[in-house]
Amino acid sequence: MRHGKTHMRFGAVAVAFALLVMLGTPLPGRADSKLQVMTATTDLASLAEEVGGDKVSVESVARGYQDPHFVEAKPSFLLKLRKADLLIVVGLQLEIGWLPPLITQSGNPRIQIAAPGYFDASQYAQILEIPTGQVTRAEGDVHPLGNPHYWLDPENGLRIAKAIQNKLSEMRPADVAYFAQRYASFEQRLKEADQKWLAEMKPYAGRKIVTYHRSWPNFAKHFNLDVVGYVEPRPGIPPSPQHTLQLIGQMKREGVKIIAVEPYFDLKTPNAVARETGGLVVVLMPSVGGEKEITDYFKLFDYDIAKLKQAFDATR
Amino acid sequence: MRKKIALAAALVTWPVSGFAQEKPAPAQASSGQTQAAAPQEDRVKALEEQLRALAGQVAQLRNDLKAMREAQAAPAAEAVAAPAAPAPAVMAVAPQATVAPQLGGAQQNAKLLNPDISMIGDFIGTMGRNTVQPSRALELHESEVGLQAIIDPYARADVFISFGEEGVNVEEGYVTFTSLPAELRLRVGKMRAEFGKVNAIHNHAMAYIDRPLATNNLVGGEDGIDDAGMSLTRILPAPKNWFLEGTAQVFRGDSSDVFQSSRRQDVSVVGHLRAYKDLGESTNLDLGISYARGHNDQEAALLKTSGIVGHNQFVTNLYGADATLRWKPLRRAIYKSFLWRTELFWSARDQLTAPTGGFFETQHAFGMYSSAEYRVNRRWTVGGRFDRSGHAANAALTDNGFSAILTYWPSEFSQIRGQYRFGRLANPASAGLSDANELLFQFLFVMGAHGAHPF
Repeated sequence: MRHGKTHMRFGAVAVAFALLVMLGTPLPGRADSKLQVMTATTDLASLAEEVGGDKVSVESVARGYQDPHFVEAKPSFLLKLRKADLLIVVGLQLEIGWLPPLITQSGNPRIQIAAPGYFDASQYAQILEIPTGQVTRAEGDVHPLGNPHYWLDPENGLRIAKAIQNKLSEMRPADVAYFAQRYASFEQRLKEADQKWLAEMKPYAGRKIVTYHRSWPNFAKHFNLDVVGYVEPRPGIPPSPQHTLQLIGQMKREGVKIIAVEPYFDLKTPNAVARETGGLVVVLMPSVGGEKEITDYFKLFDYDIAKLKQAFDATR
Repeated sequence: MRKKIALAAALVTWPVSGFAQEKPAPAQASSGQTQAAAPQEDRVKALEEQLRALAGQVAQLRNDLKAMREAQAAPAAEAVAAPAAPAPAVMAVAPQATVAPQLGGAQQNAKLLNPDISMIGDFIGTMGRNTVQPSRALELHESEVGLQAIIDPYARADVFISFGEEGVNVEEGYVTFTSLPAELRLRVGKMRAEFGKVNAIHNHAMAYIDRPLATNNLVGGEDGIDDAGMSLTRILPAPKNWFLEGTAQVFRGDSSDVFQSSRRQDVSVVGHLRAYKDLGESTNLDLGISYARGHNDQEAALLKTSGIVGHNQFVTNLYGADATLRWKPLRRAIYKSFLWRTELFWSARDQLTAPTGGFFETQHAFGMYSSAEYRVNRRWTVGGRFDRSGHAANAALTDNGFSAILTYWPSEFSQIRGQYRFGRLANPASAGLSDANELLFQFLFVMGAHGAHPF
């Protein structure tokens, strides 16, 4: 009986102590006056860096060679998210499996959904494959709001950068001119680079390709490629023998030689398809950082276009 | 009539979608005003762009209206002859705007302010022999409905209602305040307590069909410590690259058969400290210690039979330690992964040597489990678990068990499982041991809103 009372007192003291520790510890201090920006993916990080320059410190949650649908909600990300002033997300439910719990657990009011520090880049980009009519998972892991791989179109990159410029200007009015100048420089460089890319891809206009996942509609539209099939029978559903045979037949009929695969998919089925069709598997990078040399948004297109050119030339 | 309604609905929704598409434009214009250098040209450019976009939309709307008028003018007889319009092609992809690109994704019109709704079905079948803890041959073990939404700029709420074979139960229902000062996170409602790992995991998110023996014997069975209360969480200062989080919870004190409160002041408390570290980009270590304290059913039983109120304090103290090692290579995350987890539980339960009399005693029981799961490829995972646990009310009785599990994932939204379970279980009635050999299978299916992947 006395025993119980001591325990009760102990419990109360323990709880009180825990609360005290929690309330008493100081907030993490700001190391510098840079705006802390977190992005869901490396591409958005690169765009934010282009516009923000040295007035921002940018870091991405996902790595460039990682499937952005299946990032793990590791607590180590919380250490960065709790300090973020701005969180830039891809949106369109790309990060639905991992970002919402991270946002909630960050305890950071600035980046909660729809707070001023929450920025959904998809609102400013041209979105393809927006489903109309009935949407069911009979079609696989569909994105009911449209295809979220929209950053693979330089025009969308420019639109997002413009929106980021506006956002940063709103958050740091003192640096408005700086961000405007950074954006103007980015716009000029990107437009020049895009001219070069379009010229490089011109000889291959209208060429048919097959991709593993539906990651490339924006890229294909901008560079005038024709994606005629997918290694996945449905988004998010692994390849089946039946579908693979169909795909091989289709590729043979239509003379398709290129199979573009994202770095996070197994190459077994694509290689088998390539063997059967005399085609070529090309590992294209959907994101900045997919390979060490892809250090920014420009190098991403440089890399993919070089790979595609090489493959087109080798198969014709 | 139906067409008229459709037309009216279309007219109502047009301005809404138009507004959404124009949204980015004003932002651009406003930044042009704040910007001192070269504002005129930017603004004119922005306005031109906006005008072009609007012209495109007007043209499209005009076409749509024309088409709709024609459809309406079509003979009514046709509508009668074919009252059921053919279902729209599944997932037809919208034609792209020809004049100006439309920015932004689809609008979640059907959703509006409704919460995200999901339902998870959990069907379990059991074969074989188990005389100590028999379960049903076939059952729709649980149908869990999840409702999740943002409440206001300061809070979100999550409610999980579980329809089982024996009735309906609010498994969890809480509001989380996300915008508190000092990075505090407050949760109020009914929730699974942060006592170790397995206690906080919902049935469908477990790597096995059943819960470990230690959960059943020491931590309240399938529902575990799941009670109405309040929870405060905060990330704590830690050495570099370590993540440290503390949670303090206060509950009413009623959790299955582990805690039972007979008076208002008999609240239970739970404390949890979590430490996490990335050992590399693919590997991480997750450690935790937990403490829980509450009044147990001995007090209620005594109160009922003898009417003694007040100074009798029969308390259960629970201590827990957990360790998890995860490996998942980022480039092959959907194909390969490994998880090892061990949890230890110590229970100190005050009770009388006989249910309604005898001497005061404290039973000290220990329980643990250790499990490993490996993802072989995109569709298959295998795992094994070792179990050992004493009984809370009689630590002399110890159960041992082993399980092997095979899971097949047709997609991210369903799982089919088979589990072999061996148990050498202590029988409280005869105080002897009896062997249980069982084969369990389970079908899990998810519908509705896409939930978060468990971590």
